[in-house]
Parts: sequence; C-alpha cells; structure tokens
Amino acid sequence: MLAFILILISLTAVALWAAMTRSLLRSAICLAMMSSLLTMIMFMLRSPLAAVFELSVCAGLIPVLFISTISLTHPLTREEVLQHMKDRIRRFWYLPFIVVVVGVALNMISVVPRLALPLPEIEKDARTVLWNDRPIELLGQIMILLAGVFSVVILFKESGKDDR
Amino acid sequence: MIVNSLQLFWPFSLFTIMIFIVGLYCTLVTYNFIRALIGLEILMKAVTLSIIAVGYITNHAALAQSLVITMIVVEVVVIAVAVGVVLGMYRHTHSLDVRKNRELKD
Repeated sequence: MLAFILILISLTAVALWAAMTRSLLRSAICLAMMSSLLTMIMFMLRSPLAAVFELSVCAGLIPVLFISTISLTHPLTREEVLQHMKDRIRRFWYLPFIVVVVGVALNMISVVPRLALPLPEIEKDARTVLWNDRPIELLGQIMILLAGVFSVVILFKESGKDDR
Repeated sequence: MIVNSLQLFWPFSLFTIMIFIVGLYCTLVTYNFIRALIGLEILMKAVTLSIIAVGYITNHAALAQSLVITMIVVEVVVIAVAVGVVLGMYRHTHSLDVRKNRELKD
C-alpha cells in the first residue's frame, strides 16, 4: 500500500512539473516519466500487457513526437521569455494550491466505497479478451490508425506543395 | 482479495482526480499549442490510471487491459494528427501562441 501511495504522489508531482515548467522539452520528458511511473502501477496491479504498451508507446513514441515538434519550431528569444515569464507565473501559481487543497479536502471526506462488486470472473487472459471477445474493438483500432495515417499524409502533402 | 482491492479504491480515486485537475488546468490556462497537448496527455494518463485501478478492484483486469490498449492507440493517433496540425499552423503564422492563430475566428 505504501509503495502505491509513494508512486501516486510521484505521479502527481511529475504531472504538476510537466504543467508548470517553462521549458517545453522538460514537459515532454516529464510526460515520459509519468508514463514510466504509470507502467510500474500497471505491473503492480497485474496488467502487464497494458503496461508494456504504455511503456513502449506512451513513454517512447509520444515524447519523441513532442520533442520532434519542439525541435521543428524556433525557441523564444531571451526578451520574449522574460516578457512571458511574469504572465506565466500569474496564471500558473494557483495550480499547486488547487491540487493540494482538493487533495486534502477529498482525503478528509474519505469515502468508504460500498460497491456491489460483481462476482470475480473466471480469470481470463487479456489476449483472449482482446482477440476472442472484442474483435470489433480491434477493427475499430485498425480504422483509427488508418484515419490517423491518412490525416498525417494529407497534412504534410499540403505543406510540401506550399514549399514548392 | 476483494477487501484488499477495495482499500485501494479511495487512494486511486483521489490521485486520479488530482492528476485530472492538473491536466484540465494546463489545457485551459495555457496559450501554447504544445502545452495544451501536454495537458491533454496528462488528462489521458488520469483516465488510464482510473481504468486500470477499477479493473483490478472489480477483478476484470483483462477487460481493463483491452480498454487501455484501445485508449493508447487512440491517444497516439490524436497526438500525431494534432502535432501535424500544430506544425502546419506554425508554418503559416510562425508562432505557437493561440492568441496569434485566430484568423478563422475573425
């Protein structure tokens, strides 16, 4: 239980850091750290297949996408950074207070769940559920991936045309 | 096992709500496109955490895993397309500031 609490506190702290840090690059790295911590929780909650996906895709691919985008855009000049700094501090300093106050308030309420839990299902493998019980979901995933690929192709095709 | 799992319900719900607030605040308050996407990612992490915890508590970990895998696929596609759109807008306006990208609105 203590390990869970420690990981959850780290997860919240890293999320706060990702939201509040000035550098976008650090924010992207914080996202990768968040995904790694989430992977640890998934392994501890006996969801290894989802954990592997989270680690390879969310901690690997998505930060790479963000870092590539950041490297394709120009960083702000020092004057612009100083100009934006005050504005950013004014907008973001409330966030840790809101999070801490909400956390403390909810902890004081401490709802003890009286859930009518379903009977434990016969332990199934995630692969069996995904391939045998929910094949339509896989079809949906393929369609979403194709839609994403075509969207990206069209976006970059248009911009390539402009350059010429 | 169920009794132990139920003890996990409240801490997980509490931290899910806190992470969700961070993501929502980041998405709503920022003027930077990339940071708004980072806020969206934080929101999705909170939802993933919630699904995995509920799957463990209700003893349906396999179903929760399949939902999370679908969610990760959707997440990647959304981020890839959004990043493409942001880069396209950056090429036109040379800025990632939301306030400077309001030609469609005007």
